[in-house]
Amino acid sequence: MSTAAQRFLQDAAIKSADLLHREVIRRGMDSYDAAHLKGRARIKDWEAARQRCREIKREAINHLDRYLLQFEEKVIARGGHVFWAANSEEACTYVKNLATRLGVRTVVKSKSMVTEEIRLSPALEKAGIKVWETDLGEFIVQLRDEPPYHIVTPAMHLNRSQIAQLFREKLDPAIDSDDPVDLMAVARRKLREAFFAAEMGISGANFLVADAGVVAISTNEGNGRLCTSVPPIHVVVTGIEKVIPRLEDLAVLWPVLATSGTGQGITTYSTLIGGPRRAGETDGPEEFHVVLVDNGRSALLADAEQREVLHCIRCGACLNICPVFRHVGGHTYGTTYPGPIGSVLTPHLNGIKEFKHLSFASSLCGACSSVCPVKIDLHHHLLQNRRNATEAGATKSSERAMFRIWRAAMGSPSLYALGGWTVRKSLRLLYALGLAETFLDPMRVWNRYRSSMPLPSESFRAKWRKNRAASSS
Amino acid sequence: MLPQVGVDTVKVLRRLGYNLDYPEDQTCCGQPALNTGYWGEARPCAEHFVRVFKNADVVVCPSGSCVSVIRLLYPELLAHSPLREEALSLASRTFEFSEFLVKVEAITQVGASFPHTVTYHASCHGLRELGLREEPLKLLRQVDGLKLIEMVRSEECCGFGGTFAVKFADISGAMGNSKADSVAATSAEYVTAIDPSCLMHLDGILGKRQSPTRTIHLASILANEGPKNEGRQNDGPTQAKP
Ligand code: SF4
Repeated sequence: MSTAAQRFLQDAAIKSADLLHREVIRRGMDSYDAAHLKGRARIKDWEAARQRCREIKREAINHLDRYLLQFEEKVIARGGHVFWAANSEEACTYVKNLATRLGVRTVVKSKSMVTEEIRLSPALEKAGIKVWETDLGEFIVQLRDEPPYHIVTPAMHLNRSQIAQLFREKLDPAIDSDDPVDLMAVARRKLREAFFAAEMGISGANFLVADAGVVAISTNEGNGRLCTSVPPIHVVVTGIEKVIPRLEDLAVLWPVLATSGTGQGITTYSTLIGGPRRAGETDGPEEFHVVLVDNGRSALLADAEQREVLHCIRCGACLNICPVFRHVGGHTYGTTYPGPIGSVLTPHLNGIKEFKHLSFASSLCGACSSVCPVKIDLHHHLLQNRRNATEAGATKSSERAMFRIWRAAMGSPSLYALGGWTVRKSLRLLYALGLAETFLDPMRVWNRYRSSMPLPSESFRAKWRKNRAASSS
Repeated sequence: MLPQVGVDTVKVLRRLGYNLDYPEDQTCCGQPALNTGYWGEARPCAEHFVRVFKNADVVVCPSGSCVSVIRLLYPELLAHSPLREEALSLASRTFEFSEFLVKVEAITQVGASFPHTVTYHASCHGLRELGLREEPLKLLRQVDGLKLIEMVRSEECCGFGGTFAVKFADISGAMGNSKADSVAATSAEYVTAIDPSCLMHLDGILGKRQSPTRTIHLASILANEGPKNEGRQNDGPTQAKP
């Protein structure tokens, strides 16, 4: 078992037994559920909207080469720079070199999961650059030295008194309120200083619009706009799969993303950015860079069966509805992207051997696929990942042996009947000998959370035979 | 492990006048191997299933999960099998029990009586793979004396998930207990579903909590003709496809 798998099992056991944690998540998700349902009701035909979003992303992903080049051309024409990063290292080095070359000492960041994925902040801090997360949730988890708990709501696992305590420890010992408004004011004062000190703003992108050559960003706190317009340099770091063909596609993608993310009709700030400040403009950065990160995405693109995983618009809906996420929480996954999309994607981005366990850590209930706004068949991809892991010989040899025996039994009706009979009889004997719950009892894992399974005295087949014999005599 | 569901499915269908056969050569649809990633092992099992059932007019199965495998996964699993065409045809003739009654045959009144309070758990595969949201409820609403109490989050998974229940026992147990909390909040005497595997898992979870609520498969409710009382449903559900 990989170390990541061992850690996952340990953390899952702890978190799923932590009723307080479960309650916090449950409450958060209940209010999300209500908002999401209400939001969906506002859209006249939700299913048609999902289908349209799927088609847009499908078109984009299937012609990724063309749309990315179109985007690049427009950005360069406006005086921006585009850098194609094959992996995390290339992306981080580019941003770090740019910062060093231009004498940047302070960076403000708006929310971006790709920068988490490539570990950009640690790379910059190593070069002596101070990085401020400016999304409130991200700011909080940064103060706690934790990764985001959720891709949309990074600090959803904390309540206000925990946040007040954190602010007291890290920002101001005089804080005596845990009122969210007061806490926000504290964070705001701190972050204002950062915005005006920073020489570089880094943001992610929700969409890259090919025909207009602009970056579309949705935020709710206004921090995104400050990051992208106040500092003299703006760097967008994003995945290559974020491109969409046309500006008009935002007419459906924006509301669907907002609805799926938080239940809003549209996010508070919807921003389009196309390049550096032009002559005569009063604000905007002097330099504008876009870093297009591949980091394993091209390999996924080459996989015809699973290419649609690149449709993801990172709305978080699949995390919110996932019963596994609701019981183990975001940090247990130990990955940048938790929840169903993370369990599908991580084995592709970070290795199937190390992360295959995530694809197995699901009851395949399909709730994720049923909400995904771009209709990714998430649970089917989990199943395909399982198949790939098994075919790659990455599963335990004892399990492989067990399924070989299973296969023999299932191919032969008499072996099948004998197998059922043997299991029933031997378990009965085992329990009669008082060996229940010992290491000999194959049901002991089952019985940890369940009373022991009733053992029927005879199979359905035997009942059927008797019944038929009785009715024919 | 749970032959009573098979028996009760047969009872209901016979009462409605269907001519039934139970091919004794049947084994399993292949789901345990398929869902654990062992497609190579699942394939011969699925082929065996197709061979055994290929002459049936209609296959009715009291498990939404098994039906979803046959309908939605066989086409992919057997894409290169010589039995592919037969598998596709079989998939179009295979129905989950409540689906067969309500959707195919337009029957909701089966003459059942069950004077108890019952809450319904929407098993995932029946609900999301086969789209059976209303069908089981329509049948339950027609049962004489039955009082249906809706549970919160009735569509959230109970946490069984096949080998998941053992590989990730702690998560499965926690999910089962959350479901049991929803069940307990209704104070219903019974919790029912259309999937034996969910019920087997829930029965164990409820049993461990010493909950007074018992599990019962939809078919076993519908099998009751008179207002007689059922015992703890211990001989419960089965994977049989009568
Ligand atoms: S996979 Fe779908 S539901 Fe999940 S985050 Fe991506 S777009 Fe949202």
